Amino acid sequence: MSRLANRIAPFALLAVLLAAWEIACRALHVPAYFLPAPSQVARAIVADLPTLAAAAWRTLSVALGALLIASVVAQALAVVIGLHPLLERAVRPLASIVQVTPVVAIAPLVLIWAGIDHPERAILALAALVAFFPIFSGAVTGLHAADPDLERVFDLYGASRWQRVARLRLPSAIPFLLEGHKVGAGLAIIGAVVAEFGAGSGGVRGLAWQILDAGNKLQTDRMIAALTVLGAMGVALHALLEAAERSALRWWRGR
Amino acid sequence: MSVAALHDVEVDYGQRGRALGPFSLSVAPGEIVALVGPSGCGKSTALRLLAGLERPTRGEVVRAPGRGETAVVFQAPTLAPWLSACANVALPLELAGTPKQTAAARATEALGRVGLAKADAARPAQLSGGMAMRVSLARALVTEPKLLLLDEPFAALDEITRRALADDVLALWAASGPGIVFVTHNVEEAVYMASRVVVMTPGPGRMAAEIAVGGETPRPLGFRTTPQFRATAEAVSERLFAACAA
Repeated sequence: MSRLANRIAPFALLAVLLAAWEIACRALHVPAYFLPAPSQVARAIVADLPTLAAAAWRTLSVALGALLIASVVAQALAVVIGLHPLLERAVRPLASIVQVTPVVAIAPLVLIWAGIDHPERAILALAALVAFFPIFSGAVTGLHAADPDLERVFDLYGASRWQRVARLRLPSAIPFLLEGHKVGAGLAIIGAVVAEFGAGSGGVRGLAWQILDAGNKLQTDRMIAALTVLGAMGVALHALLEAAERSALRWWRGR
Repeated sequence: MSVAALHDVEVDYGQRGRALGPFSLSVAPGEIVALVGPSGCGKSTALRLLAGLERPTRGEVVRAPGRGETAVVFQAPTLAPWLSACANVALPLELAGTPKQTAAARATEALGRVGLAKADAARPAQLSGGMAMRVSLARALVTEPKLLLLDEPFAALDEITRRALADDVLALWAASGPGIVFVTHNVEEAVYMASRVVVMTPGPGRMAAEIAVGGETPRPLGFRTTPQFRATAEAVSERLFAACAA
């Protein structure tokens, strides 16, 4: 009973809010350009579905590509750092600078570097930059999280530096890496959308461009439709990664 | 001739001050020595010195065993959760460059020696505390060490399991005969396991007394109820109390 209630609760709240919104729009005669009713947004989603789906896929593929790049670079860097403690000292402050710099602030610069003809490269790079930090930070923390007595076992048998990283520190870091990738994936989507805004109109027609375009034409229902698709995409990706993380952790712990 | 020896070693830990010493101890081949002392007396530090995992601030550590010939069993099983029991036991061999298949075969054999022949594929999380400790013991024995160091290995286990494990360790010792240094704060366990009990003072630990334990090893059934065992345990307790009171 309570299990069922737990499952239904978020949907029930959503339904109540949507109903209130619908009723308020109709009763108060709110103009559609200001706030369209949910039913109107739903019609816009259905009408625009092919365009929205293509745009969503464009944004999602950029985010996933960025996640992949960030994952490879962050983990490789973390391993290199794990092999050379002095490098860690050197790299950490730089990594923090990358973390605290807002992506919109560097977007214009990266757009120049990528070249006027290749805004998609700039967007990919910016999204990767945003997704990099949580993965890198998780990897660095994780590489230090090995059981100290297990480290002593490796000392005892004269393990090489590489053996220690590959057979102890990296496997010990797996829970931290999983968490880092989950956070990084969410940030990659945000990064992709923000970077698309930064790139402005035309070049890359993802979800952000849909929102911008609809906004310029005062088609508020289309704006909210694109936002809804973006939200749904984020929720789906998060749920997927959460499930992946859970099963991977179950494997790692052995139960 | 000793397997490992500490000569007047002292260990200082910066701000925390002195942890151990001056302390001397020599372990003969095939001898079982128990170190007994209150918490914080530096027992585990002494063990890490004997293992070569730490260096003394002053004094000298002499170790005969080469790479891979010293094994340590810690208070917790200290197994890698992502590896099967067999892979955990094979780890020391693989680190030393033994081919994977040979290492796995020897690991399976070592698991058999500690009575876990069937737990080969199990993960540590699927084992009970006592079984996990046995896997840890198998990992220590798989390299046929000359020196086996046990750092309160049974402290987290229930009485029945710890007694069974104590007998197992003695049986394994009888089979391969490594020198054993055994750290504990349980007097009866020390007397039961060791042929020599070293009582340490509160930190920084020094030697307060050294008591020889008679009787045959492995211990015969009912050894704990013999007058000899009771008298020795009483003597060790007295020295320990005296050392703590001083």
